[in-house]
Amino acid sequence: MQYEPVIGLEVHVQLKTKTKVFCGCSTAFGNEPNTQVCPVCLGFPGSLPVLNRMALEYSVKVGLALNCSVQDFIKFDRKHYYYPDLPKNFQISQYDLPISKNGCLDIEINGQTKRIGVRRAHLEEDAGKLIHKEDVSLIDYNRTGQPLLEIVSEPDINSPEEAYEYLNDLKAIVQYLGVSDCDMEKGTLRCDANVSVRPKGSKALGTKSELKNLNSFKAVKDSLHYEIGRQIGLLNEGGKVVQETRLWDEKTARTSPMRSKEEAKDYRYFPEPDLPPFIISKDKIEEIRKTIPELPKDKENRFMKEYGLSGYDAAILAANKDNADYAEERFKAWADKNKKPVANWLIGPLAAIAGSRNVEISEIKISTKDFLDLIKLVEKKQAISNIAGKAVLEEMASTGKPASGIIEEKDLAQISDTASLENFVDEAIKENPASVGSFKSGKENALMFLVGQVMKKSKGKANPKVVHDILKRRLSDA
Amino acid sequence: MELYSLTAHQLTDKLHKKEISSTDLFSALGKRISEKDSRVRAYVRRNDAQLDLKPTNQNNGPLAGIPVSIKDNICTEGINTECCSKILEGFKPPYDATVIRKLKDAGASILETKTNMDEFAFGSSTENSCFGPTHNPWDLECVPGGSSGGSAAAVASDEAIWALGSDTGGSIRQPAAFCGVVGLKPTYGRVSRYGLIAFASSLDQIGTFTKDVRDCAILMNAVSGHDPMDSTSVDTVVPDYTGSLLNEVEGIKIGIPKEYFVEGMNKEVKAIVEEAIVKLERLGARAKEVSLPHTQYAVPVYYIIGTAEASSNLARFDGVQYGLRVKDKRMIDMYKKTRGEGFGQEAKRRILLGTFTLSQGYYDAYYLRALKVRTLIKKDFDDVFKDFDCIVTPTSPTPAFKIGEKTENPLDMYLSDIYTISANLAGIPAISIPCGFTKSGLPVGLQILAKPFGEETILKIAYAYEQATKWHLHKPEI
Repeated sequence: MQYEPVIGLEVHVQLKTKTKVFCGCSTAFGNEPNTQVCPVCLGFPGSLPVLNRMALEYSVKVGLALNCSVQDFIKFDRKHYYYPDLPKNFQISQYDLPISKNGCLDIEINGQTKRIGVRRAHLEEDAGKLIHKEDVSLIDYNRTGQPLLEIVSEPDINSPEEAYEYLNDLKAIVQYLGVSDCDMEKGTLRCDANVSVRPKGSKALGTKSELKNLNSFKAVKDSLHYEIGRQIGLLNEGGKVVQETRLWDEKTARTSPMRSKEEAKDYRYFPEPDLPPFIISKDKIEEIRKTIPELPKDKENRFMKEYGLSGYDAAILAANKDNADYAEERFKAWADKNKKPVANWLIGPLAAIAGSRNVEISEIKISTKDFLDLIKLVEKKQAISNIAGKAVLEEMASTGKPASGIIEEKDLAQISDTASLENFVDEAIKENPASVGSFKSGKENALMFLVGQVMKKSKGKANPKVVHDILKRRLSDA
Repeated sequence: MELYSLTAHQLTDKLHKKEISSTDLFSALGKRISEKDSRVRAYVRRNDAQLDLKPTNQNNGPLAGIPVSIKDNICTEGINTECCSKILEGFKPPYDATVIRKLKDAGASILETKTNMDEFAFGSSTENSCFGPTHNPWDLECVPGGSSGGSAAAVASDEAIWALGSDTGGSIRQPAAFCGVVGLKPTYGRVSRYGLIAFASSLDQIGTFTKDVRDCAILMNAVSGHDPMDSTSVDTVVPDYTGSLLNEVEGIKIGIPKEYFVEGMNKEVKAIVEEAIVKLERLGARAKEVSLPHTQYAVPVYYIIGTAEASSNLARFDGVQYGLRVKDKRMIDMYKKTRGEGFGQEAKRRILLGTFTLSQGYYDAYYLRALKVRTLIKKDFDDVFKDFDCIVTPTSPTPAFKIGEKTENPLDMYLSDIYTISANLAGIPAISIPCGFTKSGLPVGLQILAKPFGEETILKIAYAYEQATKWHLHKPEI
């Protein structure tokens, strides 16, 4: 029996507003516990919520970017359950009229485009953080009341790899909109996965399990692989899949059922009476739509078309909006139609420098002019070698100085004129008769060894191509 | 004349003329409370030290030099606010309700000792207080009404100059009628609810208890107005309510709802209220019978919506952050024990009812349906107010009943709200003013209702009636 997985993802995105969704407390991360709280987010008796307009606007923005239809009648509901991290013992959320619904996101999988439906996205408040110690549990309410956008996909995902693509693409879009950092480590993006299996070709859905405690996109992929295998194994043995919540354990790479009793799922939703419903005008929605920048996929395609980039290069640069803008500024300033040299230096050496400093390439402070000048020096004028060029770039990133200054300072100028190099070549030939002999008897590689010797003598400054030509001529002459 | 028996406006006049000092007044009031409250029990958690009253506000605003008594469900910073419930034992809010802040800005001194109430405002007699009942100053064996019985009794017995209460289904008007004082429930949204410990969010309003209509207008000026902390408060101009004290009702059209004058109603109440209506006609008003056809549904609709919202608002009382905590090893047991011990019978009854009406399978038949009928009830009033300036009814079907008389049957108790409940469902303003006494000397109240933000009409009619009859000058002998 062949089975296929059916996966739905619930992603919680923490919106990057300055203050919480229903009160004026700061949303800053990493401060002392219970320092960003007030009667409202603590749910004190007598407190009342007031909607943060920006949170609503950000939510609309995401909905539009995901091709959803946006609700103009804005209404909130109370969702009741008891837990110490939820001060009011109800969460203000949206039940039947989510801010947006019926959208989609296209992913690239195995060279093909696949459309994943977005069922709905709604705005709600976050709960606090519980820290469990030996015999007490501590609650930090700083996170209580932070704005969350819960994005629920349709069960259109059919493999862990597709899930991974979906998450990456969703993250890129949300980052482009500037409404969230989407950092799973900081908890500004969280994901739960629902997964079931069914016989290949069947239309009915199997019993699903809900996976929690997924702390990275990799964890989502790995846990899905495991769970799919587990469910198929169970069914093959004649067993049944039980609908339950299972926790992913990174260390053992397994899912296991949550020990606590299955909570009663009756949340007793009813309209939040403290937040009267209101209408967002079509004009306002259009105003928000206009603030949506060119999105990642479109930028990728445009980079390929306009700048002749490969799909691979375009995808890397378009994955992060700031990087894409940084790259585009440099593409535009590069006079040649062939932008490949610029792309190469961005994706290669500059990305490596950024990686080692744990920042994005867009955070490297090298002006467009300086960056392009360096590329010209290496690629066109061959004033310095490639290796030297990388070293210069590193220095430019640290000091912000232009290339020319650094080259002079560090004496990295490439020597290309034959006159200067001839001495080194003569010396190398004299000192390595064996290699000379090897070359003359047909071993091409021996020439490379001699080139290397000249490079050593010139302290790396010789232009290897020129050295190669000189050597070849010399050895062919004799 | 004793200082404590004067109205606020009389006292303000004397203070301005420097005939008396604020200290004189506070000292007189403190003595009055010491003398009478052991019998009336209008105040809770009294300690002798607190009764050495002194002015607490140096501000020279319109309410300067006058103390205000506050119901135990309105948050006062640093001062115990417990809704007369064991579950809020020891709770000192870290903030002032907006109305408290407004009173302080106007120069008022807030009494630290709060007035008695039915626990969480659940009741019509103040017998559900964890501190025991308040006694009606006109007959100590009778209830003062509820849930703001303490505030009403304090004003009636001159143990308060004026007071704040809250009204969800009649909790200001009915005790005002039972105690022979003026009690106003404003239009929903007129006065901020921020800091009022919520019972039913869509029904609650803070209102006033005063000795006469002029004081009512002055106090309403101070507490009314839009509050950005309360999303349900309305941003509309607050008129000077004292401008309505014109002492004339010529041409005013009064509607008398036939559904409120039924066969078998208390004969004395009927006679006294009808006489009051005749008096208004003699003053120049024109009374005519009208119909509010959905009146019979008001009580059931109220007990569905009110208890649903209450069950939700009271979910937060779990022993985690404040108030009573009954320790236990497991969290869920701590919650159950705290709520089990902390809530009184009526509170538990309403929480259970409310939870039921919101639960899966019952929501549509009860809660949703009640919301729809509520709209019909509101429409009844809208239709009448197209042709009439106000509606006049008895405030309560009976005068004050004996302590213990209705505690056996909750439904009996619920029915004492039949005349007041509709105003909360429709969100319209309503006042109760004294209009006579039964043969046994118990006060009877006249209720005047107007369309939303029609407080000026209400005050105008109330003032004219009051000035022509002087019921408000009668005082009980305690």
